[in-house]
Amino acid sequence: MLARTADNLYWLSRYVERAESLARILDVALRLATLPSAYAGTSNEWESAIDIAVCRDAFFRHYDVANQANVTQFIIAGPDNPSSIRACIEVARQNARAVRTAITTEMWEILNDAWNEMQRLRFQSFTSKDLTKFLAFVREVSLRFDGAAYRTMLRTDHYWFQRLGMLLERADNTARLLDVKYHVVLPETEPVGGGLDYFQWSALLRAVSALNSFHLIYRGGIKPWLVADFLILKPEQPRSLISSYETLNRVLDLLAERYGRQGPSQRLARQTYSQLQNMDIDTLFQTGLHEFLEQFIADNNRLGLAINDQYLQ
Amino acid sequence: MANEAVFDEMGGVEGDPRQIYADVAQWFRQASPDLIANRKAEAEAFFRRIGITFAVYGDEQGAERIIPFDILPRILSSGEWKRLSEGLEQRVRALNAFIGDVYGAREIVRAGIVPEDLILSNPAFRPEMTRIKPAAGLYTHIAGVDLVRTGPDEFYVLEDNARTPSGVSYMMENREAMLRLFPELFGKLRIKPVDQYPDELLTTLRSVAPSSASREPTVVVMTPGPFNSAYYEHSFLADRMGVELVEGRDLFVRSNVVYMRTTEGPQRVDVIYRRVDDEFLDPLAFRPDSTLGVPGLMSAYKAGNVTISNAVGTGVADDKAVYSYMPEIVKFYTGKDAILANVPTWRCREPDALSHVLANIGDLVVKEVNGSGGYGMLVGPHATKAQRESFAAKVRNNPSNYIAQPTLALSTVPCYVEEGLAPRHVDLRPFVLSGADKVRIVPGGLTRVALKKGSLVVNSSQGGGTKDTWVIEDGAPRASQSQSQKAGA
Repeated sequence: MLARTADNLYWLSRYVERAESLARILDVALRLATLPSAYAGTSNEWESAIDIAVCRDAFFRHYDVANQANVTQFIIAGPDNPSSIRACIEVARQNARAVRTAITTEMWEILNDAWNEMQRLRFQSFTSKDLTKFLAFVREVSLRFDGAAYRTMLRTDHYWFQRLGMLLERADNTARLLDVKYHVVLPETEPVGGGLDYFQWSALLRAVSALNSFHLIYRGGIKPWLVADFLILKPEQPRSLISSYETLNRVLDLLAERYGRQGPSQRLARQTYSQLQNMDIDTLFQTGLHEFLEQFIADNNRLGLAINDQYLQ
Repeated sequence: MANEAVFDEMGGVEGDPRQIYADVAQWFRQASPDLIANRKAEAEAFFRRIGITFAVYGDEQGAERIIPFDILPRILSSGEWKRLSEGLEQRVRALNAFIGDVYGAREIVRAGIVPEDLILSNPAFRPEMTRIKPAAGLYTHIAGVDLVRTGPDEFYVLEDNARTPSGVSYMMENREAMLRLFPELFGKLRIKPVDQYPDELLTTLRSVAPSSASREPTVVVMTPGPFNSAYYEHSFLADRMGVELVEGRDLFVRSNVVYMRTTEGPQRVDVIYRRVDDEFLDPLAFRPDSTLGVPGLMSAYKAGNVTISNAVGTGVADDKAVYSYMPEIVKFYTGKDAILANVPTWRCREPDALSHVLANIGDLVVKEVNGSGGYGMLVGPHATKAQRESFAAKVRNNPSNYIAQPTLALSTVPCYVEEGLAPRHVDLRPFVLSGADKVRIVPGGLTRVALKKGSLVVNSSQGGGTKDTWVIEDGAPRASQSQSQKAGA
């Protein structure tokens, strides 16, 4: 398989996943920002949205204030934002077009329709209602795309590279989301008798579609350290770091088997995975959640580079 | 040209159909307008869904457009096709021999048949090729020969395309669409299939692999990229042959061997079916600013480690000045008279011809020697006085850049246009594959239609459309029912 084809497949699904994450980030910010300040605390939700989406510098080059209008506009279709939702869909479609025959018709049609829809929408005149509808649309594109890939692609290296991109992006997003919000999941910030941060925790869970499933795994109320445990160490949670790495490992092993050769990607993924397997949440908090997440994001990036070097060029 | 001289291949919109069109004419004449509209909409939906598009240069609106498709097929009998395909094979064999001679001993020049300066001053002439001997002595493995018809038995070659003829994906998708739209006609008539083309193309390309290649040579299709107007076709062909679609940056040359970058490391490439023009192939040999090419490709080619298909420099054979010598060229290399006729051609480089052309420019079609795609030509009878005069000035300025031909009364086939069924001019581009073992031609080819009333220009960039081309077995139609178990058996 051509290295460029693998590259296109990998980035194609990374960008679709990224578009979905951005939509979720906005969803959560929107929900928290509408709460009375007594419930949501004092932090500026729109600024954290900017931080999770890692576009602080670019944003403040264009705007003075991080408020709903500016942030949603910037993240959805901002000028000079190469990672806006619109840009993600656009780049995903470009990649798909370049490997039109390597993906299935179903996958192509979902992306092509989404792209056509984006051309049609007038983001400037969005009402809050339009915004909610739009964010649901973006999440649905990603769900349908993922479903189409899962249901229609041949299980060959084409499929595996498509998965790799999705999983790497997902791990990155979950880690960033946690990192920006890490102060609210630290045990010592738990106010006596529950309280202000409750909405922050549930918003975090909601951001990864995990609010209901949290209750299935942990009987009892939302505890901040359990939120961290859920999103980092629970293999049952498909957006957790450990679950992403479990699958990353399996996919990389399939590639190694098919090509008859192991490489740095396999080694790095295995390292990170076994680290996660041997970790418990208490130790994690002792070493420092923020430090751990920073390290994870760096390792995840390193794996991305290793995959690039090993397969994509 | 008088209207009554125009030959309609179906026998007109109204009158008695020609025998070969009988079933088709009957179907279309009996069909209700609703049914026709229905089938047309189905065809349109089919082409939109599969995304078969082309781009028009300089047209921002139509970045991806669908080529108009007409649902009434164009039909040839197998007898007509037999003669045409013999003529095509003969002509393309001669073209290959001519190109080999041009880059070799130039016997045809020494024999005084083709003037040497016509070759040496040709912008498509590549001196590098005089030191390269391609596998099996073949240069143009994929040739498109444009044919026109003026009467029941009068076919002419309008143009040879020996570089990178396109349109074969339309030929195949048109058939795919027709099979869905008119199963009843396919059930009744013996229509020769065309879907073996990708297999035949792959066999042809493998047959001309360099001798150093493995027993299963690696073939790739090389495209300039998704922004090229024919990108759909490039990906279509790669997909149907089951080979990689590469861009220049996917390939590299080490020790005069070409490799592609794969997820498993470098893999050797033996045959490159390139849809990239000569001058962009290798920045070290041709245009240094080309980012589409592969540095060192020409030295690998020279070393005999890769086959470039079509070969570099085949353009010397398809320019319109050389075209005018084709009857002599065919005779010289095959020893026989050309089966397919040329359109009589005046070469403006010759003073007598030039004055004839200038005096009669209103009756002639004047073309640039190297023009293509319907650009850079004047259709005298359809031009205004001002257009004629400015074109005449251009010809006077640089006579050897032009040729002229009489305006032929091109045949028509009825088409569904806005005002209903109406005759429109057509041409035919069959695709001729030349391999080391033999020449292969899929029956039929691409029929292009000039959809504007009275227009003779069939190019898709200029408002042309296409039709499916049926080659039908002469003789009795086949039994329309399969055998079935007898009741009560």
